[in-house]
Amino acid sequence: MAERILKSVSVRALKGAKRGGQYRKEAMIAYGILIAGYILLQLGAATGIIGRNLQGQFVPICVYMALAISLNLVVGISGELSLGHAGFMAAGAFTGVVVTRVLEKSLSFAPARLIIALIAAALVAALAGFIIGIPILGLRGDYLAIVTLAFGEIIRNFMNVIYFGLNEKGHLVFSFNHAIDGIEDANRVITGPIGATGTTQIATFTGAMLLTAFTLFVVLNIKNSKQGRAIMAIRDNRIAGESIGLDVKKYKLMAFVVSAALAGMAGCMFGQNYSTLAPVKFNFNTSVLILVFVVLGGIGNIWGSMIAAALLTILPEALRQFSDYRMLTYAVVLIVVMICTYNPAIKARIGAVWSKINPFRKRSKDNSGSSGKKGKEAA
Amino acid sequence: MADNKEKENAVYEYSDSGHGYENRQEIYYNDNVGGRAVFVDSKEQYEADEPYNDEVYLPEKDRGKAPILQVNGLGIDFGGLTAVDNFNLTLGRTEIGGLIGPNGAGKTTIFNMLTKVYEPTRGDIIFDGKSTKGMSTVDINKAGMARTFQNIRLFDKLTVEENIKVALHHTTNYGLIDGMLHTPKYRHEEFRIRKEAMKYLKIFGMTKTADYRAGSLPYGAQRRLEIMRALATKPKLLLLDEPAAGMNPSETAELMDTIKEIRDRFQIAVFLIEHDMSLVMGICEGIVVLNYGRTIAKGSASEIQSNPKVIEAYLGKSRGKMEEEKHENLEEALSKGRLASAPSGKPDAGKEAE
Repeated sequence: MAERILKSVSVRALKGAKRGGQYRKEAMIAYGILIAGYILLQLGAATGIIGRNLQGQFVPICVYMALAISLNLVVGISGELSLGHAGFMAAGAFTGVVVTRVLEKSLSFAPARLIIALIAAALVAALAGFIIGIPILGLRGDYLAIVTLAFGEIIRNFMNVIYFGLNEKGHLVFSFNHAIDGIEDANRVITGPIGATGTTQIATFTGAMLLTAFTLFVVLNIKNSKQGRAIMAIRDNRIAGESIGLDVKKYKLMAFVVSAALAGMAGCMFGQNYSTLAPVKFNFNTSVLILVFVVLGGIGNIWGSMIAAALLTILPEALRQFSDYRMLTYAVVLIVVMICTYNPAIKARIGAVWSKINPFRKRSKDNSGSSGKKGKEAA
Repeated sequence: MADNKEKENAVYEYSDSGHGYENRQEIYYNDNVGGRAVFVDSKEQYEADEPYNDEVYLPEKDRGKAPILQVNGLGIDFGGLTAVDNFNLTLGRTEIGGLIGPNGAGKTTIFNMLTKVYEPTRGDIIFDGKSTKGMSTVDINKAGMARTFQNIRLFDKLTVEENIKVALHHTTNYGLIDGMLHTPKYRHEEFRIRKEAMKYLKIFGMTKTADYRAGSLPYGAQRRLEIMRALATKPKLLLLDEPAAGMNPSETAELMDTIKEIRDRFQIAVFLIEHDMSLVMGICEGIVVLNYGRTIAKGSASEIQSNPKVIEAYLGKSRGKMEEEKHENLEEALSKGRLASAPSGKPDAGKEAE
């Protein structure tokens, strides 16, 4: 019985691979990584192999994976460099904090609160993405990157001057640029540069993993839809895209807004993982870190960026034993990995070794198809 | 040396004037490649330009029907350069028209103006009964004009099938939410456009390469894919920019059949730029010849082949005629006392004489 099921699954997988299967293959790898990662980490935590410090990184790992996936929508699929991703993350994080604090009394079921917060965070971040997206649409390449950088900083600095609190009745009070008077410390929600305080930590590893899966689902689906094709077509050749009637601005904006919304959701999950969270966490460094995940994983390669996000989040923790040399080691590892993945000569060498040890390698039939066969017959 | 400088001045003088060449005795203008100044003999030659947009120039079967494309006095300046001037054209509903001319004559510039990559400086384009003034490239495609490019522009990283599917974008009927969540509506539409994409791929027999990356195809196949992609937007007029470039004679012959077949099957007009004369003379019902940005002839293949202006544009003037003209120009210039500013004859022709 089990054999029959296995057989039918593998046959279906093969059929999938035949039918424009690059997306299915990509999706299978990405979901596989996610499920395997979840099981491994849960097992590690249960058996005590993974220490407390690293267990604390579980939610951030998922969040960074989700951020890397969402940024890949702009950098990999839309082909534009964005350096302000942390800004959208911040917008989502603080929206989430406010929403969960307001709902805390009326809605005691934490997952429901979290879901409402996630939706709100997505909407606010999407709005931010839309507002930012409009002026930058005419820009390309480096110019666009610099403007997104500036906007990311604007969002973070905006967070520095907003104050939210709950008054005696439990209503939300808002103040701009100056602290709210007459509110107990415990009732402060967001306090300017200090950020969010007193948040109940409702983010869980499973929840974060589900969010990552959702992000992955959305991005992979978009990639294999009419909208995704339009976005990629414009990336490959803008003039040809226009010549077949694709609205370039619309699809650039669409990629940007969807990416921002997903980053907002990830940010919301991130915010729910800490009792206090300062806006400084969402500075330029974080934007660059997310971009590093994407570049390291291979631009446009979604599962690659997931692995990169996970490894680079674990790495600083794993390198604690090097104490003083921790960040130096981190940098060296980064350089080595970059060279190994982007230097064509080294890449070819690794590829050659991999093809020898690859257990899944295809024999005789490769994707050169009929021409390859003919060549062999002739020989 | 001094002569050259004078020539340059003369060019600017002309470009400042814009339309007002009617009263001028001597006119200079530039071709868009080398920025060479070209001496056009006199006012008479301008007046001799026929509008070429009469119904007379339509093939028999398209007469009586409104033409798909009508171009009147189209022109464009780039800074001080006049790349195309006074271009006129009428194209029938199901006509295969050709646009030929030496390198740098402004053929691709005309295509770019038709598809609004460039906004024309002068003149108007009436496509399917409507003026295209103020339309964008996207609007033009939606109105029913699709094109291919001289230097192939495919979506390299997408597969062959996806390249066609992108062109079917506007007939694919689902929204972003359907795309994000892969709803049943998405699946239904995707299944339908996959079949439709395959239908287009069949035209050139490329269904086997459907899953290949467009960028990895051989050159000829890329050209064919580009034509199919343009066709998939369901145009009324198909513009082909050098469709046979880089193809061998048998491939070109095949392409000719395919273009005819496309015309017959979809009942559309085709307007093509081509250097391969076997293709142009073989399938084009009407041919426009362009030289230095201006129409020098229009007619059927046989008319074009025997047109002295066309022969001159491609092969240059005969020695005797050239000498004669040189002499005339010299006399004319002398009579006006403007010897220094008037170069004798065409500069390239002059070179040959030396």
